[in-house]
Amino acid sequence: MTTRLTPVEQRQLDVRIPSDVQYIESIVEQVVLRCAARSFPRRHLALNIPVALTEALSNAILRGNHDDTTRSVHVRADVDSSRLVLEVRDEGTGFDLDACTEDPTTPENLLREDGRGLFLMRRLMDHVERFTDGGNVVRLTLRRA
Amino acid sequence: MSFSVSNRGDVCIVEVEGQLIVGNRQELKQKILDELEKGTRKVLVDFARTGYIDSSGLGVLVSLAKKMREMGGDLRLANLNDDLQTLFELTKLDTLFQISETRERALENF
Repeated sequence: MTTRLTPVEQRQLDVRIPSDVQYIESIVEQVVLRCAARSFPRRHLALNIPVALTEALSNAILRGNHDDTTRSVHVRADVDSSRLVLEVRDEGTGFDLDACTEDPTTPENLLREDGRGLFLMRRLMDHVERFTDGGNVVRLTLRRA
Repeated sequence: MSFSVSNRGDVCIVEVEGQLIVGNRQELKQKILDELEKGTRKVLVDFARTGYIDSSGLGVLVSLAKKMREMGGDLRLANLNDDLQTLFELTKLDTLFQISETRERALENF
């Protein structure tokens, strides 16, 4: 059965999920669907949005909320024909975006298992911000090319 | 998401269907560790049917590659689409792995 989205739902997504990584794919799918309807480029739909949003969600779930399923993650997406703005809010205390972003391409970091998430988010989005607003918020902005 | 495992000679081929991300990366890791336990030393991961990979998925591949090299084996990759290729280039992991355009080409000189 296909659920028809209202005009507001076609433009916006506003959901809370428990801190469980199994919810990530479903959220990514819902955001990609909205961006596809706004004719975002195929590369954005297949690479930039899925990977950057997955990183933001997994950071919120695993680091911000410490994988505690009693805590929730609030996801908001606002998409129009010119850009996508995503906000991922967790219940953590936040972090310093610049200090925590490492370069995984250096010889000393290349063989590390972790440390690529924030780097990818920043390379795949046009703008990444981190601020506190009723929780720890990461805002990702991608202009439709 | 699912993983399928098959063998061609002494090469174990693992096909990743769907996404390789934080929610399922341990499953792939365990499958390949199980193969190592059985004595397999050559693993080819085929991404022909893969959607996207996140940093956790990339991290598991790095971890497995290191382990296999320590054990005298090798983990190689095949069938990355343009988006996945870009991901590996952004992270410079294209310099760490031997990546082939097709499964057959990967198997030719494994």
